[in-house]
Amino acid sequence: MSHASHEGENKIMHQPEKATLEGRNKVLGFWLFLGGETVLFGTLFATFIALRGESNGVLAKDLFDMTLVAIATFILLTSSLTSVLATQALHRGNAKQMINWLIVTVILGFSFLGLEIYEFYHYVHLGHTFSSSPFGSSFYALVGFHGAHVALGVAWITILIVQGMRKGITTYTAPKFYVAGLYWHFIDVVWVFIFTVVYLMGEVGF
Amino acid sequence: MAHKAKKYKGLMDWLTTVDHKKIGIMYLIAGAFFFVIGGIEALLIRLQLMFPDIRAFGDDTAQIFNELITMHGTTMIFLAAMPILFGLMNAIVPLQIGARDVAFPFVNALGFWTFLFGGLLLNISLFTGGMPDAGWTSYVPLASNEFSTSRGVDFYTIGLQIAGIGTLIGGINFLVTIINMRAPGMTFMRMPLFTWATFVASIIILFAFPAFAVGLILLTFDRLFDANFFDVASGGSPVLWQHIFWIFGHPEVYILILPAFGIISDIISNFSRKRLFGYASMVFATMLIGFLGFMVWAHHMFTVGLGPVANALFAVATMLIAVPTGMKVFNWLLTLWGGQITYNTANLFAMSFIPTFVMGGVTGVMLAVAPANAQMHDTYFVVGHFHYVIVGGIVLSLFAAAYYWWPRMFNKELNEGLGKFTFWTFYIGFHLTFFVQHILGLMGMPRRVFTYLPNQGWDTMNLVSSIGAFLMGIGFLATVINIVITTAKKKKSVADPWDGRTLEWAIPSPTPEYNFKQLPLVRSIDPLFYEKVQGNKGMTPAEPVGPIHMPNASILPFVMSFGLFVAGLGFMYQDGGLNNDFLNFIFENFIVAFVGIGITLLCMFLRSVIDDHGYHIEVEELEDEGAKI
Amino acid sequence: MMFLLMMLTLSLVLSGCSFTEEASPLNPQGSVGESQLFLINLSLGIMFGVLAVVFALFFYAIIRFRRKKSDKDYPEQVEGSHKLEIIWTVIPLILITILAVPTVIYAFVLGEDLTEDPDVLLVEVVGHQYWWEFNYPQLDIYTAQDLVMPVDKTVAFKITASDVLHSFWIPGLGGKMDAIPGTENVLYYDANTTGVLKGKCVELCGQSHALMDFKAVVLEQDEFDTWVEDMKTPYPEEVENVELAEGYEIFKNNCISCHAIDATQKGIFPNLKGFANRETVAGFKDNNAEEIKAWIEDPNKMKPGVSDMPAFENVLSDEELDKLVEYLQSLD
Repeated sequence: MSHASHEGENKIMHQPEKATLEGRNKVLGFWLFLGGETVLFGTLFATFIALRGESNGVLAKDLFDMTLVAIATFILLTSSLTSVLATQALHRGNAKQMINWLIVTVILGFSFLGLEIYEFYHYVHLGHTFSSSPFGSSFYALVGFHGAHVALGVAWITILIVQGMRKGITTYTAPKFYVAGLYWHFIDVVWVFIFTVVYLMGEVGF
Repeated sequence: MAHKAKKYKGLMDWLTTVDHKKIGIMYLIAGAFFFVIGGIEALLIRLQLMFPDIRAFGDDTAQIFNELITMHGTTMIFLAAMPILFGLMNAIVPLQIGARDVAFPFVNALGFWTFLFGGLLLNISLFTGGMPDAGWTSYVPLASNEFSTSRGVDFYTIGLQIAGIGTLIGGINFLVTIINMRAPGMTFMRMPLFTWATFVASIIILFAFPAFAVGLILLTFDRLFDANFFDVASGGSPVLWQHIFWIFGHPEVYILILPAFGIISDIISNFSRKRLFGYASMVFATMLIGFLGFMVWAHHMFTVGLGPVANALFAVATMLIAVPTGMKVFNWLLTLWGGQITYNTANLFAMSFIPTFVMGGVTGVMLAVAPANAQMHDTYFVVGHFHYVIVGGIVLSLFAAAYYWWPRMFNKELNEGLGKFTFWTFYIGFHLTFFVQHILGLMGMPRRVFTYLPNQGWDTMNLVSSIGAFLMGIGFLATVINIVITTAKKKKSVADPWDGRTLEWAIPSPTPEYNFKQLPLVRSIDPLFYEKVQGNKGMTPAEPVGPIHMPNASILPFVMSFGLFVAGLGFMYQDGGLNNDFLNFIFENFIVAFVGIGITLLCMFLRSVIDDHGYHIEVEELEDEGAKI
Repeated sequence: MMFLLMMLTLSLVLSGCSFTEEASPLNPQGSVGESQLFLINLSLGIMFGVLAVVFALFFYAIIRFRRKKSDKDYPEQVEGSHKLEIIWTVIPLILITILAVPTVIYAFVLGEDLTEDPDVLLVEVVGHQYWWEFNYPQLDIYTAQDLVMPVDKTVAFKITASDVLHSFWIPGLGGKMDAIPGTENVLYYDANTTGVLKGKCVELCGQSHALMDFKAVVLEQDEFDTWVEDMKTPYPEEVENVELAEGYEIFKNNCISCHAIDATQKGIFPNLKGFANRETVAGFKDNNAEEIKAWIEDPNKMKPGVSDMPAFENVLSDEELDKLVEYLQSLD
């Protein structure tokens, strides 16, 4: 019996995402997937580091608006916290709380995306575009790839929220909520590296 | 609780199947199809090089030749060797570890269809005004849109991107399957070597393919959207591409050769009627090779000018790989030693692998000598070397695997006479083709030349090489005939035709869709052999007969991959250039691209929201089938 | 049998019994190539030993341990042997060490940057689709296709490319070095005999990659000095010979904007000073009137993919082409 029915919703079940073989497979598979994603971002970081010096006169430190970036960072890190709270609610079997925290996470994700879009718009205005220099290309590739991950995450979690409302927490749905949480943490961690390598190091002129 | 199974018939069955055995067969068929295409390309290459200073394809010979070498390499590596190996992994690994399916049957199907659509996308460039022509390594700036003006390289970047998604998720699938779904008692250190090799190769896939995905995306951006990653004029770096390509590309070679090692280990052990000599060190060597494979990429770049320090380091690191490889070779020899060797087609291929692969290996060590590499790099010596490894290693093992596992996969045995004919023609043809290429290289013949001038002492050896290539073609043809004849034949194979040692031979023939009615209890390495020696008829079950959970078939993987195919075409033609206003309109406004992405995203959405609990095969049904067998 | 034949061929290579009289990696004409041949021979020797051991064990095993009719029971199931495992780990490690030490030493020796050394002849090499440009900054000479160098003198190269990747290689003198646009690589060769050596492009660079050859002309020092002198002496402003004067006119009207005939000018396409003495036309055809004419008529036919030089077959009359060729052949 793979799916132990809908009773999990009201009963406290520790780690419902690992209650079935399918669930365990999904969690392990997702961890491995994130391993691959790490290489993906690693390659993008390497590309950025290799090419950021070729900026065609546009200097990173003149470009970056650190206040804006700091706010974006704060928002995304907060969303990481709310996604932890959602996962904890999942482990308590409290569907309602979980959904509420996921909603907060999505709202924060949207805010981050809004700031990023504004930021990109602002840079393009200053002549720092995808085609203006290797620095521009590698900057938008790295940061844009992360942004695309955030956008995908926001869309995915939104779908999961609707499913959570309709289906509750079961051994079938629990792994979905759990891996979405993993994913969200992952893109937060990537952002920490982007913040350091792209913005902080750019600001001090490395 | 049991949901009603959705059953499809005929073509729909194949399009929707999530059964690892059927997906394995589809990988084999698709891989063989691309192998034939790549083989024809190889024969055309050898036709042009058969005689000095000729133009076999008329005025455009030079361009056609560059397209042929590019497509030959790309097709053989990505669309033939990898899928055929994936087919074998799919068909055999779950059986070897006593699992009823892979961990993610749906994802498994998705992986196959993305590979197929990616491969088809790459190959339709033949009909759209030019195949990729910058070599399978696609070095920039030659691969940039400034110097490669047809759309060929776009087909390369986007086609391989789509196919690569399939490989990556396939790798993750095998990892989770092997970690989570081994039968009771099947510890890691009891797994057959083919399963071990699949495991390590999958780890390499996981860490190597994303790097290539990024490289391909960057090149796509450069070509289609005016990015400057590799554009020298605006400060981009062509050497960066080489690093990214080889950080992926070298491990890629091990993704191919490790499963070949696994196949050889299993077959040689089986037909020597002996357990594998030094099992633990074989496993260790496999992991070590996989690990070192990530440390040596720059040995493909000894003449790029990285400096003596880098060259010396990468040279020594490369040489170190010889140690675990040597361990393997001697373990194989000692497995044969004291055995009772059967000379059938499968084992002929498997055994001949050993000396042939060693010949490819030693030239690899020679090439690792960085200062001497400057004389051999990009000459026919390198071509000889890697064909000894890839044909003499991987292709021989694929033939061995096909003849060995055919009864398990198709319930029939291939004809031995035709098999041995294939072996001798292919094997002799192989040495004729590639041995002389080492000497040509040392005499200074560069690789990737569409022709060469006479009177350099190269003519005879090139002729020999071409004759050998056609001999290999004849050998392969014999196996194709063999397959046709065998398929038409009525005679079924027995369940265990080779006196097998591993779990896949403990299953009745044909393999039931759930593989194991009861999961087996594994009590030793070579579990079936162990039970035979103990005087048991088959495996001891580890569970009572109970309802078996099965995954539902689904058309979504097919549609999802088709969406990516459409999106790929859409992005490729975003600058129009078609001789039809309507088509130009929908391509230039990204309508096609977004429709394609939309199809894929919609499928992902449906997959997320529609619960798929699968269905159960009940005990009564199992007993019925049992009665039939 | 096949393996024996192969070993025979291998040992032929090993013993230096060359397959060709020509200079090649197996028959080097300079110290760099000789060092590399030593390394090739050393590694080939070690690998030959490894092959011999493996082949011997392999053939003995597969012949000796065939399954016989009498084999009913399974043979002894041997798990492994720690002693053997250690042996076949340690011996390869020793072999690799033997190979690694000279590898590292020569990586540094042959990788040395001699371009700043005042005693060397410095040549800047630029790879173009599909020809080679050679500049002698110390001598203020620009030339193409024929790399003229003195015997017994170290020549250091700075190597780059103008369009795609190329790779600069004179197989008879030593290893290659990639020509990468935007990057400057260094290499050195020395020749110990005079003569004409093949030069090649060894990185796929487009359609005519196979035809992107050049020649290395190794001269005695005094001959080299004469060559330098000749190159530095400009052609007279006016051509006195009436026959040639017409050709010169045609050249001035059609060619000179791309092809300089003054070795002190860089020009954008091959400098033609001293063209009559060049070994080849287009890098790989014999330098005679027929080939020169064929080249000018349609360069793309001789070297597919050449896009910068137009075809002159419909621009100039047959007669004009002949005059032009005659003039070009006078450029000594």
